[in-house]
Amino acid sequence: MIRVELPYHLRNLARIEGEVHLDISGTVTQRAILDALEARHPNLCGTIRDHVTHKRRAFLRFYVCQEDWSNESPDKPLPEAIATGKEPFLVIGSIAGG
Amino acid sequence: MSKVRVLVGTKKGAFILTSDGARKNWEVSDPHFGGWEIYHLKGSPVDPNRIYASQSSGWFGQIIQRSDDGGKSWNTPGSKPEELQGEQGMPKGESNKFVYDGNVGQHLWYDGTSRPWEFKRIWHLEPSLTDPNTCYAGAEDAALFRTTDGGKTWHELAGLRTHPSAPQWMPGAGGMGLHTILLDPKNPNRIYIAISAAGVFRSDDGGTTWKTANKGLVSNYNPNPTAEVGHCVHRIAFHPSRPDVVFMQKHWDVMRTDNAGAQWTEVSGNLPTDFGFPIEVNAHEPNTLYVVPITSDSLHYPPDGRLRVYRSRSGGNEWEALTKGLPQKDCYVNVLRDASAVDSLEPCGIYFGTTGGQVYGSADNGDSWQPIVRDLPAVLSVEAQVLK
Repeated sequence: MIRVELPYHLRNLARIEGEVHLDISGTVTQRAILDALEARHPNLCGTIRDHVTHKRRAFLRFYVCQEDWSNESPDKPLPEAIATGKEPFLVIGSIAGG
Repeated sequence: MSKVRVLVGTKKGAFILTSDGARKNWEVSDPHFGGWEIYHLKGSPVDPNRIYASQSSGWFGQIIQRSDDGGKSWNTPGSKPEELQGEQGMPKGESNKFVYDGNVGQHLWYDGTSRPWEFKRIWHLEPSLTDPNTCYAGAEDAALFRTTDGGKTWHELAGLRTHPSAPQWMPGAGGMGLHTILLDPKNPNRIYIAISAAGVFRSDDGGTTWKTANKGLVSNYNPNPTAEVGHCVHRIAFHPSRPDVVFMQKHWDVMRTDNAGAQWTEVSGNLPTDFGFPIEVNAHEPNTLYVVPITSDSLHYPPDGRLRVYRSRSGGNEWEALTKGLPQKDCYVNVLRDASAVDSLEPCGIYFGTTGGQVYGSADNGDSWQPIVRDLPAVLSVEAQVLK
């Protein structure tokens, strides 16, 4: 089971409380997680990555096991700790303000 | 007795204000979509409980929300698995998919260089006059989209963005937004739109092809002040009974056309300043107009710290200040282009919201005003509905 944590506004938009739990068959990658997330919650399409290019939206980051994976290939296999659900896949909104 | 519902979009959510037909005592809803920018929300003239809302965020992009119960509950159209299926049978959320059709093309940037069109947000939603499932959406970067399935999917009417003048369009200070859509109630094929800072365009074939409608506009901030495009039109409005007569608040100048945009003439007359953003037409008096003069393009607040609505009962040129109930000192707010509306009750109700979070209303054609609510986030849009 994959665990995904979303920012406050996306949880509200998709009416999610707490983490999202996803089952993914095959290699667990960022793309596989986001595909499964959007299939489960279609109104998240376009909010994390572009509808057409699938590029990450500029002010969002992906954190994995205390590392920033935002600029890694979306098809790079994620660590075992994500695949087993030991650690969550974090979608983070960049901090704004001062 | 009739009820009035005022839909208010703000920098941090949407609010719904309701009153009976007397329009003295108002209820203010809790925020909808708290924390999100709501550029605009507007109800269908056919089914007033069908309301479309444009919700956006720098982080998460564009969202379209729809209510079918007058704003009590909201959904992103087509997001339920049974509503829309993709090629693999999985649900596919596309209510926020605004993709330019075909070659994206380029427009001018502030520095005079060219850059490609890039979708940023929906500024304005205009529900069809005849079908609650059809709605038009004005985008930044400027383009016109339309849904015919209640907002589940949107498709560009690309004839506008591919107009031969489009490579010369340039954004205004707020972006290159398509901010006004007027649907002609007498001619279903006629649509007017306005873009900052390109100007007015008119279609006579339902949005397939477009003509510029800027003759007579003079914009001294342009190298060619009378160019075909490049005019920073802030807002246009007409009375539904007389759609060939259109009024305009331009960056500077209040203008009028009597021939559907073929020629504009200035009607600023005795206004203290002819800079401003919104313009409205009284629901029962086609020659009665309202503007909110703002000091200048550099000083976006009312002259002398006095918030005054100006009314013309002669279709322009002769204007009177309306001040009763409005702050007449120390007022330095702005009123944005989509932040005013009229209702259809008698006498006509007029509403406007400010960047300071006040929403003012008048139930007597503008003779007197009251603050309906004082401390909302900065107001981006105001629409009024009369419910029988």
